[in-house]
Amino acid sequence: MYQFELETAKNPDELRRIVIEPVSRVEGHGKVTILLDDDNKVHQVRLHIVEFRGFEKFIEGRPYWEVPVLVQRLCGICPVSHHLAASKAMDMIVGATQLTPTAEKIRRLMHYGQMLQSHALHFFHLSSPDLLFGFDSDVARRNVVGVAAANPEVAKKGVLLRKFGQEVIRVTSGKRVHGTGSVPGGVNKALSAEERDYLLKDADQMVAWSRDAVRIIKQLHCQNAALYDSFGQVPATMMSLVGPGGELDFYHGALRAKDKDGETMFDQVSYQGYNTLLTEGVKPWSYMKFPYITALGDEAGWYKVGPLSRVQNCDSIPTSLAEAERKEFLAHGNGKPQHASLAFHWARMIEMLCAAETIQSLLVDEDVLGYDLLAGGPRRQEGIGVIEAPRGTLFHHYRVNDDDLVTYANLIVSTTNNNTAMNVAVREVAKKYLSGRELTEGLLNHIEVAIRCFDPCLSCATHALGKMPLEISLVDAGGGVIDRIAKTGDGEIRQGLA
Amino acid sequence: MIAPTLIFGWGNPSRGDDALGPLLLDRVEALRSGHPEWGEVDLLTDFQLQVEHALDLEGRRRVLFVDASAEALDSPYRVTWLGPARDSSFTTHALSPQGVLHVYAAMTAKPPPPCQLLVIAGEAFELGTPLSGAAGANLEDALAWTCRWLSGDQVPPDACPPGGDGVGGTPPGTVNLRDCDAL
Repeated sequence: MYQFELETAKNPDELRRIVIEPVSRVEGHGKVTILLDDDNKVHQVRLHIVEFRGFEKFIEGRPYWEVPVLVQRLCGICPVSHHLAASKAMDMIVGATQLTPTAEKIRRLMHYGQMLQSHALHFFHLSSPDLLFGFDSDVARRNVVGVAAANPEVAKKGVLLRKFGQEVIRVTSGKRVHGTGSVPGGVNKALSAEERDYLLKDADQMVAWSRDAVRIIKQLHCQNAALYDSFGQVPATMMSLVGPGGELDFYHGALRAKDKDGETMFDQVSYQGYNTLLTEGVKPWSYMKFPYITALGDEAGWYKVGPLSRVQNCDSIPTSLAEAERKEFLAHGNGKPQHASLAFHWARMIEMLCAAETIQSLLVDEDVLGYDLLAGGPRRQEGIGVIEAPRGTLFHHYRVNDDDLVTYANLIVSTTNNNTAMNVAVREVAKKYLSGRELTEGLLNHIEVAIRCFDPCLSCATHALGKMPLEISLVDAGGGVIDRIAKTGDGEIRQGLA
Repeated sequence: MIAPTLIFGWGNPSRGDDALGPLLLDRVEALRSGHPEWGEVDLLTDFQLQVEHALDLEGRRRVLFVDASAEALDSPYRVTWLGPARDSSFTTHALSPQGVLHVYAAMTAKPPPPCQLLVIAGEAFELGTPLSGAAGANLEDALAWTCRWLSGDQVPPDACPPGGDGVGGTPPGTVNLRDCDAL
């Protein structure tokens, strides 16, 4: 495959190696390796993510109707996205080409609840420490508890927004976790008037707090535009689903891509042809694949997905407050697409506002209280479901045999779609902030900040999470460790070989 | 009406012994109809701990967190007292139980209810694997301890106030987890 700048050094054996492992505040296990010469000049940067690819094999051989529930165990953070993408694929298996209005709106409610809670967590608790305190701030403050201590109201809003999103999920999926609400052909649980009213009583507040969040990130962005408009620049093709009118739609639509200058490359392309439209490239140094648009090849065909792509790809946002914010966001770019990685946060909060408004409008739609929950049709053997998950476009593809067992499964998760873009971002940051300078934890955090902008989410072994210290080792060409910096579980920094 | 007792078990049911926390809840659920002396008990589960779980602590008189441990323990299970800690929990999206308690304290400006952590030893955490035999045996021992805890047979919490480092004193019959890797 094509080799990008700083992807592979010419003389790796003569260089010092820095490993940032695991990357903190991302889902799953991430690792960054940086090769430096004696003058600390950067020669190679790679983001490796130990993505869990074995899940497809885990699914194969299972009855198709189990899959929407089973795939939730892929991830502890966005199980609903997998639940719904798999359900959409299985809709095709059972011949449900068109869901009932009630079923589709209950699914949308569930999905927008997921979008709200995921974006709230990312902004208020994972990224705001960097944004509020600075990339070089005291590492002990630079975490969720630090935010709560310094800005209790901000932290509290984040918790309550996330809780509300979780409640939307609980009510629509039947359970707080491992919900079973979405099934092939529709949903299995109607929404009662009591449940609707329970959610509706807080909906106004959630919209208001989401507007506050947009204001916060807009203020941060504009106060330090020099940084926010340049940090981790990734000029790239942007891909996402859009609705039939070009509007933002997280649940369903067709694929649209715009190039780095904002020119439309393709539009309203059915995702049923995703496996010819896209190729999943492989590189020997990473388990994670590198998807690209087949027709453009691996050098020019890579793209990015997620909030920054979606907000700039669509022609409009169907909710009024978020649409006004989208226009302001576009105006900030002076008519050109914004590609700085920190702009993800602004776009993400606009999406959160859209999610809150959409939940509010769905809750007053009488269709969500209906009882016509299931659709069906001629049985098929292949199904593809695509959804815009919080982190970007998510593909689920299955084949099912006459015994109703899954014989083939392929998933392209959002983070895989962003693989090349994330690598480009960390190389850009390494070149700009690290090259030629003495390394510090704060400087290395710049690398992590760039990664966190994408909000990577990986298949997770839940148990491994939450107890991983960050350790950075300097290794000479002979493999000997010459220095080490470690963050302990309580945030303490220890440097040295002892 | 908020139940005064909460047991919160977390883990991924598809990852072998990582299911120990949720499985313990299942066992308690199956037993509780025969134990009116336990009083009202809420059983909550999730894949991992997160900020909103701080809200689940509100109004409780006692809380038991239950997790599996991938580290080799010298006993089938271990129990410790917990307190809020400026635990960075900077890794991934997951919080430690001390971090959850700290979020609670930061949000409410009051101390969390008495909380203990029960970790159960596991050994196999691969996707799709069943519960290992050793973990199954450990689960039985941990369940017996939990039943005693629910019956109020343990030392009352005020006898062992949590320390400022997030891990408090050690009640008789339990093991101090000050250095437990599962934290």
